[in-house]
Amino acid sequence: MRSPRRNRGAMAAESPPPLLLSLVDEFVSGLQDSRSKDAAKGVKEGQFSVLQLVEALGQSLTSTQPHTRARGVQLLSEVLQESYAELTEREVELLLAFYENRLKDHYVITPPVLRGLQALTKSRRLPPGAAVSMLKALFQDVHVQSLMLAERACVYNMLINLMESREDELKGLGADFVFGFVQSMDGERDPRNLLLAFQIARNILLRGYNLGKFTEELFEVTSCYFPIDFSPPPNDPHGITKEELIQALRAVLTGTPKFAEFLLPLIIEKLDSDVQSSKLDALQTLAACVRQYEDKDLVDFLEGLWSSLRREVFQTSSEKIESAALAALTALTSCLSRSVLKSDSEDSLSTFLDLVLKDCKHHLFEPDLKLVWPSAKLLQAACSASYRAGHLITAAVMPPLVEQYNSRTQCSHRRTLLEVEQRFIQSAAASCQSVDQDESLFSAYKDSLCSMVFSALSESNSSLQITAASLLTSLAQQTGLLSDSDIDLAVDHLTRLLLTDEDESVSLAVVECAGALAERHPAAFINKLIPTLKKEMFPDQREASELRSHDAVRQRCLSALAAVSVQASVVQESAPVLLDVLSSAHADPTCFSTDEVVHACLSLQKIAERLRDDEETSRCFHDVVIPRLLSLALQAALQSEGSCGRRSPLVEEAVLSAMVPVISAACSRPQTTFAEQTASRVVSLFLDGDVSFLPDNSLPSRVSLLQQQQQEDENSWRRSQLVCLLMACVCSFPRSVEVPQEERLLSALEELSCSCSHPLSYTSAAKCFAGLLNKKPEGTDLDGWIQRTVKRVSGELDRPSSSCRLQAFSLLIWVAKALLLRYHPSFSALTDKLFSLLHDADLGPMAADGFSLLMSDSTDVLNRGCHADVRIMYRQRFFSENSAKLVQGFNAAPKEKKPNFLKALSNIVNKLPKQVQVSELPALLSLLLEALTCPDEGVQLSTLSCLEPVLVTPPQVLIQQLEALVSRLLALVGSPSMKIRIASIRCVLALSHLPSHEVLPFRARVLRALAPPLDDRKRLVRREAVQARGEWFLLGSPGGR
Amino acid sequence: MENLGHGGTYLENANPVIFQRSGERLPTASEEDGDVHDPIDDREIFDILLHHISTLLDILLTHLNNFKLIFLFSIEELNVVEQVRVQVNDPESTVSVEFTPTIPHCSMATLIGLSIKVKLLRSLPDRFKIDVHITPGTHASEEAVNKQLGDKERVAAALENSSLLEVVNQCLSSRTI
Repeated sequence: MRSPRRNRGAMAAESPPPLLLSLVDEFVSGLQDSRSKDAAKGVKEGQFSVLQLVEALGQSLTSTQPHTRARGVQLLSEVLQESYAELTEREVELLLAFYENRLKDHYVITPPVLRGLQALTKSRRLPPGAAVSMLKALFQDVHVQSLMLAERACVYNMLINLMESREDELKGLGADFVFGFVQSMDGERDPRNLLLAFQIARNILLRGYNLGKFTEELFEVTSCYFPIDFSPPPNDPHGITKEELIQALRAVLTGTPKFAEFLLPLIIEKLDSDVQSSKLDALQTLAACVRQYEDKDLVDFLEGLWSSLRREVFQTSSEKIESAALAALTALTSCLSRSVLKSDSEDSLSTFLDLVLKDCKHHLFEPDLKLVWPSAKLLQAACSASYRAGHLITAAVMPPLVEQYNSRTQCSHRRTLLEVEQRFIQSAAASCQSVDQDESLFSAYKDSLCSMVFSALSESNSSLQITAASLLTSLAQQTGLLSDSDIDLAVDHLTRLLLTDEDESVSLAVVECAGALAERHPAAFINKLIPTLKKEMFPDQREASELRSHDAVRQRCLSALAAVSVQASVVQESAPVLLDVLSSAHADPTCFSTDEVVHACLSLQKIAERLRDDEETSRCFHDVVIPRLLSLALQAALQSEGSCGRRSPLVEEAVLSAMVPVISAACSRPQTTFAEQTASRVVSLFLDGDVSFLPDNSLPSRVSLLQQQQQEDENSWRRSQLVCLLMACVCSFPRSVEVPQEERLLSALEELSCSCSHPLSYTSAAKCFAGLLNKKPEGTDLDGWIQRTVKRVSGELDRPSSSCRLQAFSLLIWVAKALLLRYHPSFSALTDKLFSLLHDADLGPMAADGFSLLMSDSTDVLNRGCHADVRIMYRQRFFSENSAKLVQGFNAAPKEKKPNFLKALSNIVNKLPKQVQVSELPALLSLLLEALTCPDEGVQLSTLSCLEPVLVTPPQVLIQQLEALVSRLLALVGSPSMKIRIASIRCVLALSHLPSHEVLPFRARVLRALAPPLDDRKRLVRREAVQARGEWFLLGSPGGR
Repeated sequence: MENLGHGGTYLENANPVIFQRSGERLPTASEEDGDVHDPIDDREIFDILLHHISTLLDILLTHLNNFKLIFLFSIEELNVVEQVRVQVNDPESTVSVEFTPTIPHCSMATLIGLSIKVKLLRSLPDRFKIDVHITPGTHASEEAVNKQLGDKERVAAALENSSLLEVVNQCLSSRTI
């Protein structure tokens, strides 16, 4: 069998087949435009060759009518666009010769010729030399800018294609190529073509084409578009943005240092512009271009650039411009810093910095500190550019700044000076990152800086203290700057402030500063701060009356202990102190309040969350903290049983709930050396009452925690609620850690969750059960457990007389969540059960709330933090699978059950990501409008928060229902709940931006309805009302909208 | 070059006095508690004026294209309206705002005052009596302008004039520069 391709060669000599002739005829005569597609198909499939096509076109190509010739060439070009890849080198050569020749023909033929040439430039069989001859012909015979838009694009695309494939040949053309291109793009106005032209220009610069004497021409022809001023037409189908053009042009202008002498004066000129966006563009271009420049490119323009930059910062009109100017100054300085010093040339960096210092430095010392900030910012921007710049500037600025501080008496002046110093230290730190400098820029001024900070910390002015604390932080972060004795002194000051200063913002700053210092200098904190705080919290002689007055101090001590515990060595000292708080509260409930105990747990949690994964700290948590927490909780649970004396705070739900995240954070660390051990200890404690690993040996050797007593005594909840600690532990491990005796554990948890009557106990058991199921590997085991649970839950729920319906419901919802998160197929069985509960007389409202639990992240189990199996977009999936069911259910439900459905729906929709809401809401709109009239405030609020983003780009459906929407929103403006008033007024505001002819009819009504909220008792409501009413006033008014 | 009033200096070679931007008012805990009553206070009125007429000068200047260097500063930074010059008495339902024209012969003083007055009329409950006037001693025709602004009928008549209303409305649209 012969392949069609072979065939072609044989047939080339023969006359064109009759089919081809008729195709050509019908196209050229203008009857059938689609024939070009047929012809291209024919060529591709090998029915006939391109040369046969040319032959068949013979007559039309030689016609005396230019339009017939154009039509002929057009057919050929359209075929080539489809089939350029099939051409042989010989064919390409012949076609090229033909096309180049046709460029000289009548102007109507030029467009199809260019299209054909563009197709040929894509061919990989372009013969050597073809590119050059093609371009020569093009530049010689075609005046690009008199072509139409599409043909100009054709020319640019040809150049781009050839630059990709024939770079060497084009470079052989020398500067002629650049000249040809410059001529071609000179005067281009279309943004689409400009993007192409900028791309070519950038390639010319980056790939090292010879610019010859046309450097300035190339610059002129591109820079005339700078700064870009373009706003795309509305509904622009091409989607070209101003930003795209700006970036493309900037890449050209900043592409070579050869442009420096032209670009820099242009930038200086544009910085004088009044148009903000031009200024911004000029500044950003400046920052970009100097990255490639050397000092000699810049030297002539430094003064001009500096005075423009200075003006932008001194007379700043917007923060954007200011920060762009500062960034440009940094870039400029770092460019100068890169220059290599020669013995005969002057040091341009120090010349430039002298200029900067001359203009800025004196402002730092003016008596009223009027322009201190702009000057400081400029100096700091220069300072951060390089180590050398940092050195020169700090040397000039630091000593007089310190002197200033000492001579000033006003606190506000002193504070300003401290802030300035701090910024200098931070910006100098930025400059040191690049170089390995052992010595900090500030070593020489360290002592005076320290004494400044310490004197400020001793002042009574709180804002001065706060600033000093953050300056101290910055100083401590400079490697090797502060000596041990400085740190000791600093810790003394911080301790004193912690224990004595009552100002809340000061203590916050102090705690933060202590944390930062402790990270680098743990020893001082272990030796001084922690013992002092411990002594403060556990004084030797307890005088009850005195103790109570120390509440605030204790709170600060607890926060400080958490903040300083970053290093393992500190944790080992601080964690026991915090645990002591728990145990002494247990021993004597009068010495610490429940709040303080909770705070201590919170501090432990903070430490656990920040743990570095080193062995020492994990050991500390697994061997000390977790066992002690469990032991204390267990002691409290057992001790209070029977005795009706004072109750230990450790049985309170608040305290247990605060312990949960401590254990959970420690167990969820990826470092699993100790996790297996903890898992087996905890499981055997809960299943078998094995207390051997707990530090307190006074505990009975067998305690039963999960098993229910035969006859429930009134105190058994104290033990059963400890299951929440079990949950914190076993549900948080990484999935690689195996939970021992899982089957027994699951049975016990299921039993407890369904039969216990204490809410914290049965909910925690259900959560723990769900958390384990979520991580259990796929398989019959898992399926068995799911079936068993569904059966048991349904059994309880279907018996209205059952006393355990609440328990069964809580188990249902948590298991449902566990399965939803991992996309388990059995999930739908549980959802159906949940939907049917919406009809339930007792559990209906709870079931509706349950949907919110399903859709939101839970804090203690089933989240990514504790390594649960959470698939992405499970919410969207749930929504798309179930929204139809909800709508149906709503429509079918009797009137009194409808609110349950609305509530469920708004709970689901409210948790969806905003962009999904916007696309899904139109379908649910009538339901949501209904939901606005639902008396439940939760439903109203969540519906409003769904509606607000949709109103920004309202779907057509909504516009049709505007009347209903407006009256429902205005009714809610008078709601008793502040949040609903705010949310509804925001929606009313959003309505004002709809097309004015749609909303204008409501103007008077809305203005009337918004008058009462102007006098609302809440400021936040008034603020929204003022804004919304202002916008509605503008509607339909002259000068408004 | 026009004298810029406050700083008494020339913009070109020196700097007008620029006042620190006061920053957003952050809601306090009691403001977020739905049961507590928050009285209308000075800062609140000041924020209304600040947020909604920060484009005031911009607009006025494009209209008159007079001394466009002020362009560079917002209304607060130039101290046209200062918080200390805004006084509210919620129980007695009175508001008094003093504004300072940028220069003593500012031809737009009436327009600035009118914009402030209209903004307050639209933003405050009916019960308030609103008094807008020029900071004493800062404008050449202070008395005349104050009289105009104080006269209900004349304010109403001014707002009937659609080209005047147009300028006022433009000043009040919360668009960003």
